[in-house]
Amino acid sequence: MRTAFIQELILQARKNPTIFLVVGDLGFSVVEPFAQEFPDRFLNAGVAEQNMTGVAAGLASEGYHVFTYSIANFPTLRCLEQIRNDVCYHSLPVTVVSVGAGMAYGNLGYSHHAVQDLAIMRTLPNITVFSPADPGETRECVQWLSLNPRPSYLRIGKAGEPDLHSVRGIFDGPLRVCEGRPDLAIVATGSVLKLALDFASEQAPEKRPTVFSIPLIKPLSLEFLEKLQSFKKIIALEEHVREGGLFAALCEVLSPTPHIKSISISEEMKNVVGSQDYLRNQAELKEMLNRA
Amino acid sequence: MVARANASHIGGALSMADLLAVLYSGVLNIRPEDPVWDSRDRFILSKGHSCTSLYATLALKKFFQIEELESYGKDGSRLMSHISHHVPGVEFSTGSLGHGLPFGCGKALAAKRSGKNWRTFVMLSDGELDEGSNWEAILFAPQHKLDNLVAIVDYNKIQSLGSVADVMELDPLADKFRAFRWGVKEIDGHDHSAIHEALSTLPFEPGKPSCLIAHTLKGKGVDFMENNLQWHYSSPKPDQLAEALRQLETEAN
Ligand SMILES: Cc1ncc(C[n+]2csc(CCOP(=O)(O)OP(=O)(O)O)c2C)c(N)n1
Ligand SMILES: [Mg+2]
Repeated sequence: MRTAFIQELILQARKNPTIFLVVGDLGFSVVEPFAQEFPDRFLNAGVAEQNMTGVAAGLASEGYHVFTYSIANFPTLRCLEQIRNDVCYHSLPVTVVSVGAGMAYGNLGYSHHAVQDLAIMRTLPNITVFSPADPGETRECVQWLSLNPRPSYLRIGKAGEPDLHSVRGIFDGPLRVCEGRPDLAIVATGSVLKLALDFASEQAPEKRPTVFSIPLIKPLSLEFLEKLQSFKKIIALEEHVREGGLFAALCEVLSPTPHIKSISISEEMKNVVGSQDYLRNQAELKEMLNRA
Repeated sequence: MVARANASHIGGALSMADLLAVLYSGVLNIRPEDPVWDSRDRFILSKGHSCTSLYATLALKKFFQIEELESYGKDGSRLMSHISHHVPGVEFSTGSLGHGLPFGCGKALAAKRSGKNWRTFVMLSDGELDEGSNWEAILFAPQHKLDNLVAIVDYNKIQSLGSVADVMELDPLADKFRAFRWGVKEIDGHDHSAIHEALSTLPFEPGKPSCLIAHTLKGKGVDFMENNLQWHYSSPKPDQLAEALRQLETEAN
């Protein structure tokens, strides 16, 4: 996904002279093509995320659309107040890009697990929050952002995630990526969508849930979620803690009906490491799907 | 460990290995059989990505069984690829840069306020000195006369996306610490007797926190890793691993 991101950003930057990329001493073997093609619109701000974000806001106030790029919690939580006050409050065109959504950097340990970011970023004013599931969705987010510069957050995976579907239209409501029962829906955000699709394909046709991907986390409206309203039961699947993420966002808009259930990461998941697949197993996401 | 787990960050683990060797063979006052002994010196690894050489050091010191090193970075292991306080002998989990020195200031202040004699050592990287949090701590420590605090900078001149000189120049680093009212010594971070000598009389100046600037080579001891940014990321292939171990063993003999 990070490769799709940088490739799409390069395509957009060729058309859009305001695009500027600032990295926090990260992106080895990923960001170089951008840096080479647009040396005047590239900066390595060093390992200094607060300053990086403040500088990005300053650049944005003078007409650039700045993308700040780092991994896990470094471009978000580390410089949260710069994002809140400098970027969002002033409504400046800065897109915060975090690589390694959820437990994509599972082996690197708890410091590198981004499982509270949606909750926190979602509460900031004026912000648009994207959590794409695959390279195709990522490209569509970047295309839209280039046309709609604004305070925004783009949460992406790392390298090598497969394309999961080809439904486009991130602003047309949740993307219906697998047909199934009319009463049961799984709504997933981020690359964990793959788990929902795998689960659905294992079910007999009459038991198969309808699966939606939802790369847009904020703003959400009742109109935007209209496609979901006919389902009696909805399962929200996310690689994020239950509090404040997709589940909470859906509840805020859709409650009291339909019945929404959360499948998410437990707060307890922090003492051991493992691959993303291993940690998803430990989190029993699949078992919860089976029981739901 | 790094090869087995297909992990990164061997360069920074090697650059501080000599410093760890000296710290853990005489400088730090510790009891491996009682990792939480009240009067121990506290050692904090702020550059948490370089955890492999510290895990290995702790295993050699018998804080835990050396066989456990084989689980490093693997599914279900507590040996996370950034230093983890779930491992005996580790005081503090890091991985997000710029957290160790403020935390170390807190520990040193706690020792002062409660009249304890143990000391706090914090190992920093040069790249993380970009972080403002470190400079807040560098201001804080002399203000509170934390002469029981020692910051060691693994000054290997390389960070993640280039050399320190190209990304965010730190020189003159010793002058900066001095201007912030620290006692400062500069040494060759691979010269064991120089490290030992520098750390045998603390604090460097009465009433001040001490900063040891250790000039090091990223990837020290393996010629094809030395001073090469690639080895912040790559994991050695079997033939590279064999060659690296051969070179390190030759050097050790
Ligand atoms: C707050 C934060 N930002 C970014 C990173 C990603 N990162 C890991 S290591 C590193 C820099 C490596 O260089 P240096 O700090 O000098 O370490 P060393 O050379 O000792 O390996 C960076 C930017 C991080 N771990 N924490
Ligand atoms: Mg360095």
